[in-house]
Amino acid sequence: MPPASLSTRDLTIRFGGHVAVNAVTCDFHPGETTVIVGPNGAGKTTYFNLISGQLTASAGRVIKGEVDITRMSPSARAHLGVGRAFQLTNLFPQLTVLENIRLAVQARAGDGWGVFRAARKLTHLTEKAVHFLEAAHLTDRAEMIAAALPHGDQRKLEVALLMAMEPDIYMFDEPTAGMSLDQAPAVLELIAEIKQDPAKTVLLVEHKMDVVRALADRIIVLHNGELLADGPPTEVMQSQIVRDVYLGTATEHTA
Amino acid sequence: MKTTGMKQSYGTLTVKTAMLVIAGLLLFAPFLFQDIRALEVAARICIFIVLVASYDLLLGYTGIVSFAHTMFFGFGCYGAAIALRQMGPGWDAVAIGTLGGVLVSLVVATVIGLISLRVKAIFFAMITLATASVVLVLASQLSQITGGEDGITYRAPDIFKTATKLMVDEDGKVLRWFGVRLNGKLAAYYFVFTTSLVLFLILLRVTVSPLGTVLKAIRENEARAEAIGYRVVAYRTFVFCLSAVMASLAGSVYAIWLKYTGPDTALSFSIMIDILLMVVIGGMGTMWGAVIGAVLLVMAQYYLRDLMGAASEAVAGIPLLPELLAPDRWLFWLGIIFILLVYFFPRGIAGTLMTRGMRT
Repeated sequence: MPPASLSTRDLTIRFGGHVAVNAVTCDFHPGETTVIVGPNGAGKTTYFNLISGQLTASAGRVIKGEVDITRMSPSARAHLGVGRAFQLTNLFPQLTVLENIRLAVQARAGDGWGVFRAARKLTHLTEKAVHFLEAAHLTDRAEMIAAALPHGDQRKLEVALLMAMEPDIYMFDEPTAGMSLDQAPAVLELIAEIKQDPAKTVLLVEHKMDVVRALADRIIVLHNGELLADGPPTEVMQSQIVRDVYLGTATEHTA
Repeated sequence: MKTTGMKQSYGTLTVKTAMLVIAGLLLFAPFLFQDIRALEVAARICIFIVLVASYDLLLGYTGIVSFAHTMFFGFGCYGAAIALRQMGPGWDAVAIGTLGGVLVSLVVATVIGLISLRVKAIFFAMITLATASVVLVLASQLSQITGGEDGITYRAPDIFKTATKLMVDEDGKVLRWFGVRLNGKLAAYYFVFTTSLVLFLILLRVTVSPLGTVLKAIRENEARAEAIGYRVVAYRTFVFCLSAVMASLAGSVYAIWLKYTGPDTALSFSIMIDILLMVVIGGMGTMWGAVIGAVLLVMAQYYLRDLMGAASEAVAGIPLLPELLAPDRWLFWLGIIFILLVYFFPRGIAGTLMTRGMRT
């Protein structure tokens, strides 16, 4: 197995007396898709926030490759290749779809400070943005204001923004949340395509068991902020402890 | 596929035509309106376009609420004024005063920015309000330097003196073009016009640059802008400094034009309120809005009284109406006009026109 592209070491965050993520140690590897499951309030999104920098750890470390990124700002982590999509759609609502994607391309290119050329004349950025626009099947929506998109397309744009960052680490937080059954496959296909690249590490928080089965190379289970189980999908889903805390109830709900 | 094309809608065309008309009127103002008051109005419009545009970069583009914009304007005014007073009317004084104002603005903006741009918007707004109040009090207290409440009068460089003849005819008298004397006043106006135009074009450049797109992203969704890799605090501090420098430069130019600087012309909060009104009426987040807002409000401030005086006389025979339209009530009518404008143009005049055109 290649060396870990991302590791957390005893990663912990406390809110007052409440320990939301408790000493989670875990390695993630290139070419591997890890699905993080756990009941609501297990600390999955908090764990994501600690990795991508929206929250700063109370204790422990986050290491990207060789670099300790525990105390870095989200933007610095983004430049190091840690990319994140959000559970609640988190776009630039009054800008067009293309402008949204273009911003991510421009951030990646490091062109944010330019003032000597007009933004729309930087055609290489626009071309790249169009590429991701096509990849996300949003071409016909290019000139629409993001806020006016239907929910399913907003989710696609959310994924497109992450793709346009071209990170090493892709973090998806319930990418199909709130999507209808016929729309969800489009987003899952996008993730499946990213999975093809052996250099990329994919982390995915997901509730839906069919999605977990389709995409996971490995499952980790969080419960009350602690790492409860870690292993190949079949193994983890069979284990008694996981059935007790999570899968038992979850399968009842989805059945 | 059309991806980079500008949306040239009906509304946008209207706004752009209005821009050309305004630019033309300001360019030929001394020839079109041959009285001193009209020239005062034109110069004030030029200055306020820069002032409002630089404020819009904060409020409309980046979503930063600041009440210290007049303070930076004042630094520029007082910088030029004090230098011209102390050193006499030379270009060296202009340069030193302007640079001094810019430097003070830069330092104060950087300090405010680094201390408070990380925190909540309301806290930042309060800090700017407090700082501006302190500076206003300081300006009236340090009367040895600032002239206190009375302000400072001084002379501008000689070329801007009304008595200066730019060109003379055979008799040694000042030459006239289309009836306009080619004197120092004309030079002063074109100095104001040119510097304002250059400053406005710089601001316009920023808004369409990659930097401008990042500013809009920060306004739209600060957290996501950070998450995709933009250092939001750095961008905000930079744009706060940039707009402060622009306001300061506009202040220095205004000080040279007026040959007087006092709290009322440079620092008072009523100027801040004027700027806010101009941005809102013109349309936040569009540079064209700044132009429209500045033109309308300055015109109203100067001419609404006259207009109402005329209206009042015209309806002299009818009961009640002359009373309502008496020139002394101009502020009341100005208020009514504002309310109507905000009601019918919720995104400001330029903003509403341009989006309305897009839908059709």
